[in-house]
Amino acid sequence: MTTLILKRLGIGLVTVIAVSLIIFFGTKILPGDAAQIRLGQSATPENVAAFRARLGLDQPYIVQYLVWLKNFMMGDLGTSLASDVPITDLIADRYHNTVFVSVLTAAIGVPISLALGIMAAMYPGTLYDRVLTLVSVSLVAAPEFFTATLLVLLFVFVLGIGNAIVVGSTEGKGLFELIAHFALPITTLCFVIASQLIRMSRAAVLNVMSSPYIEMAILKGVPRKRIIFRHALLNAIGPIVNVVALNLAYLVTGVIVVEVYFGYNGLATLIVQGVQTRDYVLIQGLGMIFCMTYVILMLVADIAAFASNARLRHPK
Amino acid sequence: MAQSSDDNDVIFEARDLRIHAVRDDGSELPIVKGVDFKVRRGEVVALIGESGSGKTTISLSALGYCKPGLKFAGGEALLLGQDVTKMSTEELRPIRGEKVAYLAQSAAATFNPSILINEQVTEAPVLHGSKTSEEAGAKALSLYHALELPDPENIGARYPHQVSGGQLQRLMAAMALCGEPDLLVLDEPTTALDVTTQIEVLKAFKQVIKEEGAAAIYVTHDLAVVAQVADHVVVLYNGEIKEAGPVETIINKSEHPYTKRLMGAIRPLPEPGQGEDSNHQHMRDVPALEAKAVDAGYGKGAEGKPASMVLRDVNVTIERGKTVGIIGESGCGKSTLARVFAGLLPPSDGALRLDGQPIAPDLRNRSREELRKVQFVYQMADTALNPRQRIKDIIGRPLEFYGGLSGEAKTRRLLELLEMVELPPPFADRYPHELSGGQKQRVNLARALAADPEVVLCDEVTSALDTIVGANVIELLKSLRRETGVSFVFISHDLSTVASFADEIVVLYAGRVAEQGPTDKVLAPPYHPYTRLLISSVPEMRTGWLEDTVSSKETITGMTGGVELTDIGCPFFARCPLAIKGTCDTVNPPRRVDGDDHIIECHREVDELLGGG
Repeated sequence: MTTLILKRLGIGLVTVIAVSLIIFFGTKILPGDAAQIRLGQSATPENVAAFRARLGLDQPYIVQYLVWLKNFMMGDLGTSLASDVPITDLIADRYHNTVFVSVLTAAIGVPISLALGIMAAMYPGTLYDRVLTLVSVSLVAAPEFFTATLLVLLFVFVLGIGNAIVVGSTEGKGLFELIAHFALPITTLCFVIASQLIRMSRAAVLNVMSSPYIEMAILKGVPRKRIIFRHALLNAIGPIVNVVALNLAYLVTGVIVVEVYFGYNGLATLIVQGVQTRDYVLIQGLGMIFCMTYVILMLVADIAAFASNARLRHPK
Repeated sequence: MAQSSDDNDVIFEARDLRIHAVRDDGSELPIVKGVDFKVRRGEVVALIGESGSGKTTISLSALGYCKPGLKFAGGEALLLGQDVTKMSTEELRPIRGEKVAYLAQSAAATFNPSILINEQVTEAPVLHGSKTSEEAGAKALSLYHALELPDPENIGARYPHQVSGGQLQRLMAAMALCGEPDLLVLDEPTTALDVTTQIEVLKAFKQVIKEEGAAAIYVTHDLAVVAQVADHVVVLYNGEIKEAGPVETIINKSEHPYTKRLMGAIRPLPEPGQGEDSNHQHMRDVPALEAKAVDAGYGKGAEGKPASMVLRDVNVTIERGKTVGIIGESGCGKSTLARVFAGLLPPSDGALRLDGQPIAPDLRNRSREELRKVQFVYQMADTALNPRQRIKDIIGRPLEFYGGLSGEAKTRRLLELLEMVELPPPFADRYPHELSGGQKQRVNLARALAADPEVVLCDEVTSALDTIVGANVIELLKSLRRETGVSFVFISHDLSTVASFADEIVVLYAGRVAEQGPTDKVLAPPYHPYTRLLISSVPEMRTGWLEDTVSSKETITGMTGGVELTDIGCPFFARCPLAIKGTCDTVNPPRRVDGDDHIIECHREVDELLGGG
């Protein structure tokens, strides 16, 4: 099992390095010279050359890459080309929002979705199961802005509570004020992740429910609840944690639509800004952070799946 | 639901029991068509028949259970006077595992892989409140002792994957018996086991059923096993009872044509002189396929050797038009040897020759012509045939790839091949799922023959089939060998099948050749002690055989020891009644030659291996 985990770690490391290569050289292929962009059209060629030298852009690409990678690992993500502010400062402004929204969404959305999905697997084919399937399939099909719009319609315009956009500073607000502040984006995201989590946890448990050892448990007269929670769930942990990890990664990196819709500043909008302003230093830094978020979450999911497998935990 | 029988000893009674399959369109198809039989206390009733006879379905009715897609459609299944077919799941729960317990065919699939064995064994009585967990634990321990499980004190604290298949099968018996049920339902509990393991398990089952005073329904297709364990036999065909009676009567005096057909399909005991004298017309100077001093294994170890060695120093020569049978217990390396021949697993040492010419050990380096000459037929036709391709595409692909055929010529050859495997032409347009198990295996065979091969590697091709269907497939192989001159490598754990078909037998034990030679010589003394154990473990069609066999010296020694994969010495040492301490466990056995073509690897002289029997 230790070797398995080490192997996974190794694969994760290779992934991060491969992605870093793609990000770095990918941004190099982009048209436009960084120094020219930074200094503007009116800059003299001498100024541009001097600026290039200052950024190290006159070095060979491989040297630039290694310097960039070294700086990244030491926590120096470079300086924004668009605003001359360190990237770390740009991120620091935003990550509070992203972390708060994703942690709260995960804390509310994951347990509820899993409970709903497992219940559907306990009573397959019943009215409850069919309604839940219909709702979750519709949610999968509905884009985030559509779900968000429906929620805004319901809460803001029909019930008259909450705000259609997230406004004002978060500074100095208590926990409950913050929750109220982000209530609608969190609810929207809960719906988004719930659809996939419900469907996958239901499928994972149902898959285990069709195995011979579950039939044996039925024939031993084991009550249905115990069959689900003692016999089936243990064997469904692997696939379930995988889906959970994928959804958590989405919450950190992929919620651009929700951020834009509700108008608050998170990490996902930041990278879009980077693209708009051709701020490749920002793109590189955030790209790496997103990649590492994925790799770490999947690694944790894999380790959890290994740990839930008796064959790996107790080899012969 | 009053007890209507005068006989108070009746534990279970089926009365005009009817079970229907419900099709997708809501229509119903009768599966069990009005069955009556009784099981009395202390009695073992065997339900016997081919697959599709409804035997498993009937046995599960004793637990008030129908597989998904089936339903009770009439009659009664009375367990201790109560009709379980009309009870709700909640009403059945306290009965299942308490009054009636179930043992399935595959213990490996029946144990939950994530839960400790003890918890699973003691679960039913503890949940039903009939025992405290201490009492259940004590009961489990006494059952482990009674079932002669190794290290009974600690075996329950393991996970299912940490014990062997035969042990797990016995642990399943402990699981069923822990609640001290009145009725046991055993569904083919030894079918998946090796003969040597089957004896141990049968012996343990029989003894424990007797000691616990339980009644049992024993489902099987194996008449020889029935003769060992049953008191009464019910012969089923197509959901109806064909014949029923005491075991002695059915085995020895049955007059019913279907029972006779079942008996006829039983393979005779492995004795010399059964192998068909395959003609020599296809023989040529060079053998079709040869393995010389082959070592093979899996994983990467030190010095380019495999991390886990499976085969050591194996020499096999396959002559044209001849059949070599490879026999041994599961895990002995039979399938690995086939994979080596096919090029799926390049050997770590030794050489392969095709038509006298060396060929690449790795499949990827073989020419198309070399690939064509060696074809593989897998055990599970279900998984080997692409479910989304029609039969004509499955067989047509090798015709195009190897033979370059298309259009008219391809169709003609396709129909010839179907005729060769005795399938009618309309089958070409069908999908695999529209075929029965035996028919699928024929298609599987036709696919291999489509390449016009010289050697066909058959890996347990009859093991998943019923006795009668399996016997038909063997007949087909024999006629193919006669007509086409194809050589077969026939891998099986079933000595009787190999004996009736192979010209030469290779007995593998723990990856080494224990004995090899012409079939008639291998099946007659002198024997390697392992071959003798294998032969004596094949159940005979007479009552009392089990008791006679388990008391013999070879079997006792053979059952107590385990398989050891050793680097030095004889791997059979721990199970061998003739083992010489200090020699057999430290020195590799020499190759003894009896005649010019019969090889036994043993420290004992050939003369010493003659005696006994």
